[in-house]
Amino acid sequence: MHKEFLMGNEAIGRACIAAGVNVVAGYPGTPSTEVLETIAKENDGSIYVEWSVNEKAAMEVAAGAAYSGARTLVTMKQVGLNVASDPLMSLEYVGVKGGMVVLVADDPGPISSQTEQDTRTFAEYSKVPCFDPSDAKEAYEMIFEAFELSEKYNTPVFMRPTTRVCHSYQSIDVRDYAEYEDHRPDGFVKDSKRWVIFPKLSFANHAKIEVRNEGISDEFSSNERNAVTAGTVRKGIVAQGISYANVKDILDNTEGQKPALLKISTPFPFPEKLASEFLKSVDEVLVIEELDPYIERHLLQVCGKFGVNVKITGKLTGSVARSGENMPDLVQKYINDFMGIENASCELSETPELPVRPPVLCAGCPHRASFYAVKKAMKGKETIFAGDIGCYTLGNAMPLDMVDTCLCMGAGLGIAQGVGRVKPDTKCFAFVGDSTFFASAITGVVNAVYNQADMTLIVLDNSTTAMTGHQPHPGTGHTMMGEFTDKINIENILRGIGVETVVRQDPFKLDEAVGVIKKVADEPGVKAVIFEAPCCVLFKPETPYEVDLDKCVDCKMCIREIGCPGVVLKDGHVAVDPALCNGCGLCSQICPCNAIGKAVKE
Amino acid sequence: MSTTNIILCGVGGQGTVLASKLTAAASMAKGLNVRSAETIGMAQRGGSVLSYLRIGECASPLINNGCADLIIGFEPAETVRALSYLKEGGIVITSDRAMMPVTAALQGSDYEGSKMTDYLKSLEGGRIGKLVIVNTDDAMHDLGSPKVMNMVLLGAAARGGFLGEVTIDDIKQALVKKVKPQFHELNFKALEYASV
Repeated sequence: MHKEFLMGNEAIGRACIAAGVNVVAGYPGTPSTEVLETIAKENDGSIYVEWSVNEKAAMEVAAGAAYSGARTLVTMKQVGLNVASDPLMSLEYVGVKGGMVVLVADDPGPISSQTEQDTRTFAEYSKVPCFDPSDAKEAYEMIFEAFELSEKYNTPVFMRPTTRVCHSYQSIDVRDYAEYEDHRPDGFVKDSKRWVIFPKLSFANHAKIEVRNEGISDEFSSNERNAVTAGTVRKGIVAQGISYANVKDILDNTEGQKPALLKISTPFPFPEKLASEFLKSVDEVLVIEELDPYIERHLLQVCGKFGVNVKITGKLTGSVARSGENMPDLVQKYINDFMGIENASCELSETPELPVRPPVLCAGCPHRASFYAVKKAMKGKETIFAGDIGCYTLGNAMPLDMVDTCLCMGAGLGIAQGVGRVKPDTKCFAFVGDSTFFASAITGVVNAVYNQADMTLIVLDNSTTAMTGHQPHPGTGHTMMGEFTDKINIENILRGIGVETVVRQDPFKLDEAVGVIKKVADEPGVKAVIFEAPCCVLFKPETPYEVDLDKCVDCKMCIREIGCPGVVLKDGHVAVDPALCNGCGLCSQICPCNAIGKAVKE
Repeated sequence: MSTTNIILCGVGGQGTVLASKLTAAASMAKGLNVRSAETIGMAQRGGSVLSYLRIGECASPLINNGCADLIIGFEPAETVRALSYLKEGGIVITSDRAMMPVTAALQGSDYEGSKMTDYLKSLEGGRIGKLVIVNTDDAMHDLGSPKVMNMVLLGAAARGGFLGEVTIDDIKQALVKKVKPQFHELNFKALEYASV
């Protein structure tokens, strides 16, 4: 063993390598992305690693490999699990042969997600055992235990860290190379009674799974990770994940009366026996957990089942906030309220008004140019701009205001069609990024063509998966194994489906782009414009632009029209911040006075 | 059991992460435990970013309100935003250079860095035990690079003895391991730049 300073996701990736993982598949999504990236980066060539086209594909690839005896890992964020839920629900009934860990990162807050869904609840629904680490160290150690549990019971196993575990760093003990495990899968062995799901098999396996999970619940009751820390009074706190860490820090720094503390690290199957013992030792319990009141509900269930008379408080009683993160200051308040201690205030008085700083598209982002071209072309018309998931969701911000809806990956196409069904005169647009197009928008195009919808698809092709940190996808021409492949061509796909009008356009040629949109949007049926310009973060900036103060009349049109963070006000006048400007030139095409031009080199 | 709690705050892309990583590496080289956490993903694009860094024994990477020994601020409004983390009499080291958010520019905001630094000065001697304001325009001009402000601020913290057991020499040793040789001289100059 040796010490390293690792991010939670790096620790999980490194543990998988040390556990001898053979096949890894996933789809990027904050906060899960770095797990697969770590494995790809540290891969000595013995592990097969892929970014799959979406989470469902990833789950199926991992399942096939696990059928073949391989140790497999599949990674995604919580909403990705919705996409992968179809194969997973059935996979639990079929089971696996090689160890299979399903890494799903949850996002309390939410910080970068659509929902605050809880994978622990999904674990119970799908009957898949679940681990819930409280820090990077525990996540590292748990991976080995998760693979062992998976192989012992031939079931996939959830590893469910949350954002603050995924993205926090810690100095932890990791295995040396010599301590790495080596698993050699023997390949798929035909056995249709085992691998083909039929009602009869499902019936038999369902009963077995329920019995098995009762057994795992008992096993978890004696698992040392579900630790009890004794208190000085007959009160108890039950916590999990980062909430546990925050509670522990506060109790460690508390003098005087202390409640007992129970940590739940293996939420499903719930360690009922351990919980019942803990409940018997106290008169009142506060549950501090994020997302669903999962533990709280199970404790209530344990009370009824084991006949324990204890008052249980938490989210269900309004003692803990029902949404958002359990940050230390909130946890402090919950504990103080529970223990009857007055809350001290750290708030400052008379703070000056602070500027709000919502996330925005980068300076030089091609999406800004694409949105602006469509906005200009459609000015005065009845329109719907259905957005999608990616950096380009930020096109909703003022002054662009070009995202009317955003639901989930690939949904924009269907939304645009639905809106058009209700009001056929509306010009319906769906915006989708290149990675999202491959992940889940293609069926939407097929649906539109088949059902003869009237809509314009705008593909924002920046040749990467930008939002999650620039992962390759089927259109980029390279894979996570470092191989070069034929790029899958979006235009060809659209034409293959039957979209007759497909125009490829550089969004930074503003007048041309506006003309194309006007022309294409007027055609009947399903048509598409692919705006092609690479993500500005991937390339060295061009020469920055600057404002000629002799020509500028301070009309501020450049700022009001496109809202680029590179165009700022300095001493009341418009200026280009050379540290931010990427030299895209969009502002220069908007200026009515030709006052913005490429900076002259000194 | 003493823990040194540090908040690094600024706007996405200002280099808070490298400053945090260097301090962590320097701490680990001394055999100290370190935890940290930072903003990643959608929230970081042009938004406020905040890193937590904790040196010593602790369970969570997050810092409670009123518990930070030191705030290193890369932007004056972000420093003010993070102030509730500061313990009574804690230390603040901040850049004075305001970054105007697009939304503020749109609304013709009169947001100026001086309002923030004036507010910070009004708290010195009370809530803020020691305040170091770095003139960033001067620093960038004198050092000839806009990219080393993180080292200017971190250097001030280390030389002031505000990083717990971690010294400026520890930071330099960590820097040599993490940063390419051609940038060593510039970074060393930046570390020594600000007067504390």
